[in-house]
Amino acid sequence: MSLTDKDKAAVKALWTKISKGADAIGADALGRMLIVYPQTKTYFSHWPDLKASSAPVTKHGKKIMAGVAQAVAKIDDLTSGLLDLSELHAFQLRVDPANFKILAHCLQVVIATMYPNEFTPEAHVALDKFLSNLALALSEKYR
Amino acid sequence: MVEWTEQERNIITSIFSSLDYDDVGPKALSRCLIVYPWTQRYFASFGNLYNADAIKTNPNIQAHGTRVLHGLDRAVKNMDNIKDTYAELSVLHSEKLHVDPDNFRLLADCLTIVIAAKMGSGFTPEMQATFQKFLAVVVSALGRQYH
Repeated sequence: MSLTDKDKAAVKALWTKISKGADAIGADALGRMLIVYPQTKTYFSHWPDLKASSAPVTKHGKKIMAGVAQAVAKIDDLTSGLLDLSELHAFQLRVDPANFKILAHCLQVVIATMYPNEFTPEAHVALDKFLSNLALALSEKYR
Repeated sequence: MVEWTEQERNIITSIFSSLDYDDVGPKALSRCLIVYPWTQRYFASFGNLYNADAIKTNPNIQAHGTRVLHGLDRAVKNMDNIKDTYAELSVLHSEKLHVDPDNFRLLADCLTIVIAAKMGSGFTPEMQATFQKFLAVVVSALGRQYH
């Protein structure tokens, strides 16, 4: 399910509207994921505080959204655009790729809560495809 | 046997009592058909589904979305026995409608998005966790009679 020109345009249009709130989106989505999908906490045993408002969660949410921003910028070739991040996740972080889908869902829930009018079904399908392709590019180096 | 805390029961009943079924049902179903277009295979007789606008304004889809949400209401009213409450519906979806049970999960995700859009920041992580737990039980019950 690769991205059509229409999908790319829709993603970029949505990103323009939500990018100012990216840090808040990232922190909320990450904090939410740790609560709604408790198994994801296993990757953060080195953090003392897993609350959505905590410093490590806020900082990490921001980092994740910087990655999403990078993906939007490289939307025409996600595989080569996210090569460095793929190597990071494959060889160092070794996050099970099933979790990319979980985080993508949480991101979309947060975007829906914060931007209900912008997150139309048309924007939703484009973003869902984009996040799936992002996850695929991120898992490129896994094996 | 699914265990529900007092808080979880309150969250589910409060979410559903705040909903306009005639609004949320159609929104969730039409979003599902747009975001996961292969789900349209079950609605070939419903008329024009050629694009997002056609789907959103299709009266058959609207009526069906409302019906689905009223069906969910049965689980809300029988939270301690969702499995048995949906046994007949599960047989219907398997034997008569031939719906791939993975679709229940897709519709559940779209319903979560619609509720999130409606409740905004009120849709806290705790509410999301409870709501998704509820939908997971419903999805499991609907798939139970498949063989």
